[in-house]
Amino acid sequence: MTQPIYSFPGGLHPADHKAESNGRPIAAAPLVPRYQVPLRQHAGQPAKAIVHAGDTVLRGQLIAIPDGRISAAVHAPTSGRVVAVGPHPVAHPSGLADLSVVIEADGRDEAVAMMPLAWRDMDPAELREHLADMGLVGLGGAVFPSHVKLAPGPLAIDTLILNGAECEPWITCDDRLMRERAAEVMRGAEIMRHLLGARELLVGIEDNKPEAVAAMQAACAGGNARVVVVPTRYPSGGAKQLVQLLTGLEVPTGKLSTDIGIQVFNVATAYALQRAVELGEPLISRIVTVTGHVARPGNYEVRLGTPIAELIALAGGELPGASGQLIGGPLMGFDLDTPQAPVTKGVNCIIITSADLFPPRPRAMPCTRCGLCAQACPVRLQPYEMYLYARAKDLDKARAYNLADCIECGCCSYVCPSHIPLVDYYRFAKSELAAREREQHAAELARERHDFHSERLEREKREKAERLGRKASERLEAGAVAADDPEAARKKALLEAAVERARKAKEAAAPPANTDHLSPAQQAEIEAIEARRAQAGLGGGSAPAPDEQPDTVAEKT
Amino acid sequence: MLSAILVMAAIGLALGVILGWAEVRFKVADNPLVDKIDKILPQTQCGQCGFPGCRPYAEAIARHEADINLCPPGGEHGIRQLADLLGVEFKPLGEGRAPKPKSVAIIDENLCIGCTLCIQACPVDAIVGSSKQMHTIVADVCTGCELCLAPCPVDCIHMEVIHENVGSWKWRYPVFPIHSEPAGTA
Repeated sequence: MTQPIYSFPGGLHPADHKAESNGRPIAAAPLVPRYQVPLRQHAGQPAKAIVHAGDTVLRGQLIAIPDGRISAAVHAPTSGRVVAVGPHPVAHPSGLADLSVVIEADGRDEAVAMMPLAWRDMDPAELREHLADMGLVGLGGAVFPSHVKLAPGPLAIDTLILNGAECEPWITCDDRLMRERAAEVMRGAEIMRHLLGARELLVGIEDNKPEAVAAMQAACAGGNARVVVVPTRYPSGGAKQLVQLLTGLEVPTGKLSTDIGIQVFNVATAYALQRAVELGEPLISRIVTVTGHVARPGNYEVRLGTPIAELIALAGGELPGASGQLIGGPLMGFDLDTPQAPVTKGVNCIIITSADLFPPRPRAMPCTRCGLCAQACPVRLQPYEMYLYARAKDLDKARAYNLADCIECGCCSYVCPSHIPLVDYYRFAKSELAAREREQHAAELARERHDFHSERLEREKREKAERLGRKASERLEAGAVAADDPEAARKKALLEAAVERARKAKEAAAPPANTDHLSPAQQAEIEAIEARRAQAGLGGGSAPAPDEQPDTVAEKT
Repeated sequence: MLSAILVMAAIGLALGVILGWAEVRFKVADNPLVDKIDKILPQTQCGQCGFPGCRPYAEAIARHEADINLCPPGGEHGIRQLADLLGVEFKPLGEGRAPKPKSVAIIDENLCIGCTLCIQACPVDAIVGSSKQMHTIVADVCTGCELCLAPCPVDCIHMEVIHENVGSWKWRYPVFPIHSEPAGTA
């Protein structure tokens, strides 16, 4: 049975530069003395650290828990001591520092107890619960938390696609992984299929990796998964492009592949899942390609948190004339600010640049509307229109040209004869629009809270008025009863007279107990006091009424 | 002749009754324009426009009693949206009004005496605390309106600018250095 292969529009055939790094087997990187583990290595909310400086940790120990639904856990890459939790350089286009846990390795590399799972006998829901804290994210570059993608959505997943296309030049980490560990990758894919309940499992690999294709085909033999060899054309490894290649279905604008019953995972993610389930090992290492202007290009299995500088040294160091480092591929990657930044879950490739390999981009000239960018666009957008509006900062117009569907693959910038860095404009416009959306969201929240606040003040005012009104009417009622009922008035007068009589009698009958045997001086003092009291109109020596007391106290405070 | 007049009068009467009923039945309580304007305003409730909150300012704009360029937190983008909505010319932010960087209020908890004055001033209930208990600000819902600064008798509240982090960072507008051509290569 052969799988038909469909096509997607546009695309490129850049020089692939795979041979530089795909000849050597994956080498395990040795332990380094110090690891910086950022808490934000995934899409969504950064994880929350649960360790403090001074704590000792073991390899695979949970050091940060997911914060919210779209978030992923972070684990210690080796055993050692936490020396700091604070901002440290990270591999990010901004060059900004981000909260990281710094671990000084003790060299023993002791692991926590890891629990392998017999997943075939487990219910998918139960298995998913175990996976939530394994820190798994998509290792193809988008770093979206995997447990979210493995949860059932509104629509049943019919087809699971394993992405082994690896279309971007220079990168070979998935190629080497499939060649050397195809069986493990396929077992991971079977776990995914078990979790999603998918009927079909397809593995898409570009035809420039015949060894990987052979290895994966061998691993699939006897099972009901199929390897589909797709022609080499950038960006066939884009999730939506691969879906189109393998199924002929186009993911509609603003939707996800799951909305048409298809889920896509990178081969490295399947491998990490296999380790998490069958070995109980959380995501603490990944395979990274180090290539370009470096002495020994190749692929290395690296613990997350290893400084990139250490990894470059491991690859023999930069050759003379190196001009910097690129994270990711040359089409979608970004310049690294400092090699002190660590390898994280999203770092699949480090390219050492030089003026020969990556000559500086010629100066941008005006757009001539030649339309080459539109021909190259795999999403059938009109890049030249989006560029004009993004450049004029007319973001609403740029959005109207479906800017949100742009996958930032860089095909348009690559073919532009005027050398305009088109994708830079789209990224600018997209992040402005995202920020505007965040502000809008904040405004909605503030409006809601302000409305509630106003309503609360209004309610309190109303309640107070009601309370006072009730009191006043009670008083009025009491007065009214006395006024218009002669019988009640008579009783009240009698009562008052009786109280008055009792008071006078008490005064006469009971002189204060301690007034016997007074000295003349004391007697005189008492008389003076009594005179003052009489003057003040207090009469007999009664204490202040008990119900007056709280009021005076209240007034004082 | 008479029948024609009667028919026309009857039609007029019937339509009048329908219109009168519709007036009562489909009455619009508020000016819908106010809602639209209010949606554009940033809801900081800061009063920098001179009105006690965003909604009163929206009402004033709808009544043509206030200009559209009085809201610094809304910025240029806000003014543009208002201009588009109301069909008037865009104008730059009014004299002496400059947008400030987005900030959040912070209470110095060592100085707070628990007087609750700031809690009463906060338009979005973003301050937690009670009488003689230390107060604190829920940073996530603070709009940075600064209304809590003035009532504080011990000046223990200050504004802290929210700095960009890896999560909120935005790609910059592409700019290119202009190099002069090296001599002799032109």
